[in-house]
Amino acid sequence: MNDMTPTREQREAALEGMGCRRKRVEDIRFTQGKGNYVDDVKLPGMLHGDFVRSPHAHARVKAIHTEEALKVPGVLAVITAETLKTVNLAWMPTLAGDVQMVLADGKVLFQNQEVAFVVATDRYAADDGVSKVVVEYEPLPVLVDPFKAMDPDAPVLREDLAGKTVGAHGPRKHHNHIFEWSVGDKELTDAAFKKAEVTIKEMISYHRTHPSPLETCQCVCAFDKIKGELTIWGTFQAPHVIRTVVSLIAKIPEQKIHVIAPDIGGGFGNKVGAYPGYICAAVASIVTGKPVKWVEDRIENLTATAFARDYHMTTEIAATKDGKVTGLRVHVLADHGGFDACADPSKWPAGFFNIVTGSYDFPVAHLSVDGVYTNKAPGGVAYRCSFRVTEAAYCIERAMDILAQKLGMDPAELRLKNFVKPEQFPYHSALGWEYDSGDYHTAMRKMMEAVDYAGLRKEQAEKRAAFKRGETREIMGIGVSFFTEIVGAGPSKNCDILGIAMFDSCEIRLHPTGAGIARMGTKSQGQGHETTWAQIIASEIGIPADNIMVEEGNTDTAPYGLGTYGSRSTPVAGAAIAMAARKIKAKAQMIAAYKLEVHEDDLEWDIDGFRVKGLPEKVMSMKDICWAAYNSVPPGMEPGLEAVSYYDPPNMTYPFGAYLCVMDIDVDTGVYKVRRFYALDDCGTRINPMIIEGQIHGGLTEAFAIAMGQEIRYDSEGNVVTGSFMDFFMPTAVETPHWETDFTVTPSPHHPIGAKGVGESPNVGGVPAFSNAVNDAFAFLGATHIQMPHDYWRNWQAAKNLGVVA
Amino acid sequence: MPKTHITMKVNGSEVEGLAEPRTLLVHFLREQAQLTGTHIGCETSHCGACTIDIDGMSVKSCTMLAVQANGAEITTIEGMANADGTLSPLQEGFRMMHGLQCGFCTPGMIIRAHRLLKENPSPTEAEIRAGISGNICRCTGYQNIVKAIQYAAAKINGVEFQEAAE
Repeated sequence: MNDMTPTREQREAALEGMGCRRKRVEDIRFTQGKGNYVDDVKLPGMLHGDFVRSPHAHARVKAIHTEEALKVPGVLAVITAETLKTVNLAWMPTLAGDVQMVLADGKVLFQNQEVAFVVATDRYAADDGVSKVVVEYEPLPVLVDPFKAMDPDAPVLREDLAGKTVGAHGPRKHHNHIFEWSVGDKELTDAAFKKAEVTIKEMISYHRTHPSPLETCQCVCAFDKIKGELTIWGTFQAPHVIRTVVSLIAKIPEQKIHVIAPDIGGGFGNKVGAYPGYICAAVASIVTGKPVKWVEDRIENLTATAFARDYHMTTEIAATKDGKVTGLRVHVLADHGGFDACADPSKWPAGFFNIVTGSYDFPVAHLSVDGVYTNKAPGGVAYRCSFRVTEAAYCIERAMDILAQKLGMDPAELRLKNFVKPEQFPYHSALGWEYDSGDYHTAMRKMMEAVDYAGLRKEQAEKRAAFKRGETREIMGIGVSFFTEIVGAGPSKNCDILGIAMFDSCEIRLHPTGAGIARMGTKSQGQGHETTWAQIIASEIGIPADNIMVEEGNTDTAPYGLGTYGSRSTPVAGAAIAMAARKIKAKAQMIAAYKLEVHEDDLEWDIDGFRVKGLPEKVMSMKDICWAAYNSVPPGMEPGLEAVSYYDPPNMTYPFGAYLCVMDIDVDTGVYKVRRFYALDDCGTRINPMIIEGQIHGGLTEAFAIAMGQEIRYDSEGNVVTGSFMDFFMPTAVETPHWETDFTVTPSPHHPIGAKGVGESPNVGGVPAFSNAVNDAFAFLGATHIQMPHDYWRNWQAAKNLGVVA
Repeated sequence: MPKTHITMKVNGSEVEGLAEPRTLLVHFLREQAQLTGTHIGCETSHCGACTIDIDGMSVKSCTMLAVQANGAEITTIEGMANADGTLSPLQEGFRMMHGLQCGFCTPGMIIRAHRLLKENPSPTEAEIRAGISGNICRCTGYQNIVKAIQYAAAKINGVEFQEAAE
């Protein structure tokens, strides 16, 4: 060995594998304005489509007059429900087993609902056409309050469902009722409450909000009449699912549909489902024979495509006097808007809300969810969330604080007392999940030490005393949150979308020179998959990450996958990558054994190749094995070095974390200041710490926005009053707090590389930390629960209601 | 609608074309000049994805008419790289400090930061945060964008970049 031979450390570092803060390959194009987003796609003769939308929240559509619009220069067609009926597309199926109008068919059910689609030579002409379409409406009584949806005299919203007493998820109790879903043992839970020493009960609302990625939803559809092929470029988090859905509803053979999701400007759940814009652009392209682009504007995005949350959770905990929880009972009223377009695995009408027992060892629990229709936009997507996990985490974390307050216990102590213990894993929760791994006590104590929790409580006690003495008008809140997520949907035994099991996939193909390509069923919207997927491969098979190109989003070339949402990419596709890589490694070992003239069992893996056991000089690198795979494989073996893996996970993964927020609030103005925010995450094995920290920063900023003001609000007539970035809280760099991140590592025992997923954790754990801080600040003045969002005005209102301001 | 002939200098090259009086500058740049690096996020001047540099000022091109830019000198993200094609200090800073994720706000953010550093070559963290407050990012939480701009400032000023501890 001479001095030029790289050391083991140097060989390891050259791979830039797992654990490396590898800089992102995507950034080379993004920092130069060379990304390729949907609106950047331009095709010869391309037309533009734009919607006529309803100003009413509930109205009968008496007539649509298109004559004047068709006279506008550049306008070629106006598509209405009548047009769509000729191709049987006036309605489309939703992921939740409901149907949704593509264009208003006889009535409208929410403000800004799509009524007609104007197709023109450019976007200005399309807009001119929209302004010339005249729609005659007959306004109907509007239903905004979900708590009034099942009143006997509530207006009938869904006339198409008249007489249907059974929906996709069982019996319907009322004309505005969608489903009731219940889990857990009701009798045992009721019994636990009967004999409880202490109980709490609170209606905890998680308001309606919106994912609002910076790039709105958009598509370009191009139908080739000669070949009978439809190509769709779109903002799709799940391109393969879109292809299958389009094939099923438009009756185009699936091989003749090409779905391409190019670079996507953020998704956060907004880009999972299928929207009327996609259907209308596709139909317009088929009708006109030209490519048609549809680009949603921001107001349309906020008011019409896929809201999130809107869960109203009546929560009860039973406990002993010394703070041991003995039962949990939750009833949720879920506001789904005019159609149930909730994006959950098909058998889960309330997603994985039954993770609501959280990190605590509840012996018994019962949950029931009622979904109702209202005159609001459809949706119910997982906004940086794994299917209602954010709502569940908020519910239990707020309720634990309320219980602590009632018991006079410290909220951190109450949590430590009730955590699932490390030796209880795999842990079977009262509502049916099997938690894979966790060490909650260690994470919580690490957080408490890092922030000097005892010191903070001491300072708070002093400030409270000073407030009572009239020496300050500022109150201090300490928000504790400890969340357990359930991500990685999911095992085929319990997760599918429209019958397709929620596996994911990876195909790796290595080239003769020691380079390769990995194609995936997932689709990054900013998560950096092109960077991190290559790192997994680098660690698994010793090819430098820089030599692996990652490609996603083209349904013609990528293996079938269910896409990226619900923090499922690393738990599911990340596992597929490792499994495909291991298939390659097994073949590589046979090739190396043949070339080194030893038995396979005499070889051992060493960072970037195989070496003969006991003979460290006798090695064959993966680079050399790649070359050999294309010219001198063992007799009888097929040449080439590639593999595909479709990974059906045996279980979900359960990331967790301990967050703490310190906030000061001026009672006279309601103005708050986040003094400190500390986030400890345990996502199992960490693939790229730089990207993990970036995900945490971003998710915490979204959580901050949601907890402190970001709301889709309606007035009593069903008008959206927060329909632009003027009114919909979007924090800038000035409002956004500084984030401190930390971690523990508890690998998932069933995942090939032990990774659990992290993207959503900060949104899930962040919201309760902020809300608990506000509630904790006001607690000594007599507050038990103040509803989100906690903007300045509401904080001031809270102070007024508590009698501390006039 | 009648069209007006307009010319402007974009990233050092003459660009000319016909624009309706109502044509937005961002559409003119994206559709006619084929410079799609400048993005549209809200059409109401709130998000800053469409930020470009016009005659030494940061401007949101979604709320400026193309005809108003007649004769102007414009820099877009496509004009930000060094003359030899390598990444400029700001572009490099965004990559090194992980100041971007989906990349949609990035062009506007870099163009804005470019003008900010011309106005204030050594900004404090608070000055950076105020200076980019017209640009919304949904992915990063801004913390690494601040670091990216500090990195670029240090590089431009020829001093060593010291990353602040978390």
